[in-house]
Amino acid sequence: MIQLLWLIPALPLAGFVILALGGARLSRRAAAWIGVGSVGISALLTLALAVAFLRGLPAIPAHIRQVWTWFDVAGLNIGVSFYLDALALTMMAVITGVGFLIHLYSVGYMAHDDGFSRFFAYMNLFVGAMLILVMADNLMLLYLGWEGVGACSYLLIGFWYRDPANGYAARKAFVVTRVGDTAMAVALFLLFDRLGSLQIQELMQRAGAQWGVGTILPTVVALLLLGGAVGKSAQLPLQTWLPDAMAGPTPVSALIHAATMVTAGFYLIARTHLIFELSPLAMSIVAIVGAATLLLAGFSGLCQTDIKRVLAYSTVSQIGYMFLALGVGAWAAATFHFMIHAFFKALLFLAAGAVIHALSGEQDLFKMGGLRRELPLVYLVFLAGAASLSAIPLVTAGFYSKDMIIWEVFASNRGGTLLWAAALAGALLTSIYTFRMFFLCFEGPLRTPVAHKPGWNMSLPLAVLAVLSLVAGFLEIPHSFGGGVQIFSHFIQSALPATQLLPARESNEILCQLASAAAALGGLGLVWWLMLRSPQAGAALTRQPLAMKLSRFWLNGWGFDWLYGLLFERPYIFLAQINRADIVDGCFTLLARFGLALNALAGAAQTGRVRTYAAGLTVGAAAIIAWVVWL
Amino acid sequence: MNTLFYLAAAVAILATLLVITRAHAVHALLYLIVSLLAAALAFFLLGAPFAAALEVIVYAGAIMVLFVFVVMMLNLGTHSVRGERQWLRPAAWVGPGLLAAVLLAELVYVLGGWSAPATTPAAIGPREVGLALFGPYVLAVELASVMLLAGLVGAYHLARPQKEAEGEA
Amino acid sequence: MVTIPFSHGLLLAAALFLLGVICVLTRRNIIFMLLGLEIMLNAAGLAFVVAGARWGQPDGQIMFLIVLAMAAAEVSVGLALVLEWYHRMHSLDVDQASRLRG
Repeated sequence: MIQLLWLIPALPLAGFVILALGGARLSRRAAAWIGVGSVGISALLTLALAVAFLRGLPAIPAHIRQVWTWFDVAGLNIGVSFYLDALALTMMAVITGVGFLIHLYSVGYMAHDDGFSRFFAYMNLFVGAMLILVMADNLMLLYLGWEGVGACSYLLIGFWYRDPANGYAARKAFVVTRVGDTAMAVALFLLFDRLGSLQIQELMQRAGAQWGVGTILPTVVALLLLGGAVGKSAQLPLQTWLPDAMAGPTPVSALIHAATMVTAGFYLIARTHLIFELSPLAMSIVAIVGAATLLLAGFSGLCQTDIKRVLAYSTVSQIGYMFLALGVGAWAAATFHFMIHAFFKALLFLAAGAVIHALSGEQDLFKMGGLRRELPLVYLVFLAGAASLSAIPLVTAGFYSKDMIIWEVFASNRGGTLLWAAALAGALLTSIYTFRMFFLCFEGPLRTPVAHKPGWNMSLPLAVLAVLSLVAGFLEIPHSFGGGVQIFSHFIQSALPATQLLPARESNEILCQLASAAAALGGLGLVWWLMLRSPQAGAALTRQPLAMKLSRFWLNGWGFDWLYGLLFERPYIFLAQINRADIVDGCFTLLARFGLALNALAGAAQTGRVRTYAAGLTVGAAAIIAWVVWL
Repeated sequence: MNTLFYLAAAVAILATLLVITRAHAVHALLYLIVSLLAAALAFFLLGAPFAAALEVIVYAGAIMVLFVFVVMMLNLGTHSVRGERQWLRPAAWVGPGLLAAVLLAELVYVLGGWSAPATTPAAIGPREVGLALFGPYVLAVELASVMLLAGLVGAYHLARPQKEAEGEA
Repeated sequence: MVTIPFSHGLLLAAALFLLGVICVLTRRNIIFMLLGLEIMLNAAGLAFVVAGARWGQPDGQIMFLIVLAMAAAEVSVGLALVLEWYHRMHSLDVDQASRLRG
C-alpha cells in the first residue's frame, strides 16, 4: 500500500495537466469529473494509506519512498522522495479530504463561471503542489511545493483577472510571501553549507549532533525558517496579504487561504522542530509572533464589514494560535488545532460562499441579515462552524483543540502567564467577532433578496464539514474530563515530541478550562446582548468617538498597509521615479554613444574621394618617415 | 659628363612640373614624354643602357601612345580645358604642395645625411640584365607576365560593349 | 660614365615622385591622376636604377623592368576604366566617384 504513495500527488497533477491541455475544449461535466475525481481518488488513497500506516504503528513511525532522482550534482543528491509520518499523514488527510469536499462544492459554486476548467486546473495544481510540500523528504522538494502553492495562490487570487483590483491583490500576496520565501531560501543555503545535506531527517540528526542548544547557528536558521513561515502563514509582520487575498473565489479562500496553504508555515516549523528546539530564543519569538498576531488579527476582525475579510482575519488569528502552540512546544496541540481549524474554517468559508452565492455576490455584512429562514441549512452549518471557531465548550471540536493550546501555553515549561493571557483574550475576541458576523448575517431583517439556493454538491460538503467541526474534537479529550481520550496526541507523538509540562501547574487544568470556556461564552453573551437584546446600547457604543477611531484603525488592519506603503512602497516608487531615465543604463548608453561617435569619426574619413585617400596615404608616409628618422 | 646628368635631371623636373600644371591633356602628355626622355638619358648616364632603351620604347612610346589614344577617343574639346582651369585654382595647390614640401624636406634630410662616396659605375649592359632576369629572377618574369595577362583580360572586359549593364547603371 | 653622389640620383627620384604626388592630389581630372601615377612609378623605377648603378649590379634594372610591366598593366586597366567611367558619367571629375562615402 505504501508503494502507492507517489500516486497521491501525481493524480491531482495529472488532473492539472489534462485540464490545462484540454482547456475550454473540455465540457464542464468532464472538467468537473477530472478535477473532483483526481482529488477524490487521492483522498481515498490517503485513507487506505492511513489504515496501512496505522497498522504499522508504533513499530514503523515513518516510511520513505524514493520515486526517482531529481538531480545529482557534486554531492548534492536531491530525489523526488516522499516521507510519510504522522504529521505528514495528518496534513495529507486534511489536504485531500477537505480539498475533495471543496472541489465538490466548487462544481456548484463555479457552475456559471467562464473559467470553469481553468479553475479546476489551478485547484488541482494547488493540491498536487501542497501534497508535494507536505510529503517531501528533503527541503529542496519541499521548497518546490512551497513555491508551487505560492504560484497557485497567485493564480487563484487573481482568478477573475479582468478586475485590476484582483490582480493587485494577487501581486501583493505573491510579493509579500516572497519576502518570507527569500528568508527560507537563505536558511536552506545555510543548512546545506553547514550540515551538507538537505534531507530533512538527516539534517535534524546532524543539527542535534553538531549544534549546541542556544548557540548562534540554530537560532539564525530557525529565525530564517520562521521568516518563510510567517510569510506563508500570514503572521506578523507579513500578515497584510491575506485579507486582500479574499479577492479570489470563495472556494479558493477556503482551500488555500484557510485550510491548507496558509498552514504551510506551521508545517514547516513542525517539520524542522528539532532545529527550533535547539534555540530557545527562536521558540520564544515564534510564541510571541503567534500571540501578537492572534490579538492583532482578532481586533481587526471585530471591525470588518466584508464577511470574507472577517474570516480572513480570523484565519490569521487562528494560525497565530498554532504558532503560539509551536512556540511553547505544544506540537500535538498545534497539529490538532491545524486539523480542526481546517474543518471549521473551510466550513465557514464555504458557508459564507453559499451566502454570497445566494445573494448574487454580495459580501457586505451590513447588506445581509435575516437569512436564518431563507437558508436554513447554511444557517445551521454556519452556526456549527462559528461555534467551533469560538470554541463553545464541550460540544464543538474547536473547544477541544483551542483549549488544549490555551492549557499547554499555560502549563508548558516554555509557556507563561502573559502568553496565556493573550491566548485567553484572543479567545474572547474570537467569540465576539465570530458571533457579530453570524448575527449580522443571519439575524435581523432580510436586506437582500435570495437569488440562488445551494444545490446538493454545495450542501453535501457543508454538512460533512459541519459534522467534522463538531465531532472531530472527541479524538482528544483532556485529562481533567475523567482521564480523557488521547488518540490524536498518541498518534502525532510518533512524529513530534510530547509537550513538557510544568508539574506545578498540572493541577490547574480544570481552572484553565473554565477560564477559556468563560471567555468563549462571555464573548457570545456580550455580542448577543449588544446586538440582539439591547441594540441601542450597541449602537451607542459604536457611536463613541474613540470607538469610531479605533474601528477605522482596526478596519484597516492596524495601519500595516499604510506603514509598509510609507516604509517600502513610497521610497521604492520615489527611487524608481528618480531612476526613470535608468541611470545605470546611462553608463552603457554612454559607451554606445562613444562607439557611435567613433563610428562617425571614422565614417567622416570615408569621404568616397580618391584624392582624400591619397592625401591620407601621403600624410601617413610623411609621419612614418618622420618617426623613423627622429625617434 | 656629370653636367649632362644634372642637365637631364633639370629637364626632367622642369618638364614634370609643366606636366602637372597643364590644363590641356595633350600638352601634358607631350611634356611627360620629354620628362621620360630626360629620365632615359639619366638611365644611360648611370650605366643602364638597357633600361634607358626600354624607358624610351615602352614608357615614352607605348604607354604614352595609349594615353594619346584615349584622350583622342574621349574627344574632350575646349570646354573641358575651361573646366580644368576652373579646378586648378591656386588654392588647390597649397595643401598638396605643403605636404610634398614636408616630404621632400624629410627626404633631403635623410638622403643628405647619407654621404655615400661618389662612384663611377661600370655600364651594365643587356647581357648581364638578361642573364640575371632569366636566371635568379625567372619567377619574377613569370609573375610579371601573369600580371600583364590580367591587365589584358581586365582591359578587355572593361572595354567590352555592355548592353545589358546599361539598365543596371 | 658619370661620377655623381649616390644621394643626388635618389634626390632626383624623390623630386619626381613628389611632383607625381602633387599631381595626384591636386588634379580632379582622372586622366591627369593617371599621369601622376605614371610619374610616381617612373620615379620609383629611377630610384631602383640609381641603386643598381651604385652597387654595380643588374638587380636594379630588373626591378625597373618589373615596375615597367606593372605600369603597363596598370595603365591599360586604368584607361579602360576611364573610358567606361566617361561613358557612364560623361565627366572625368574623379570627385563624382564618391558613392563609397561612409
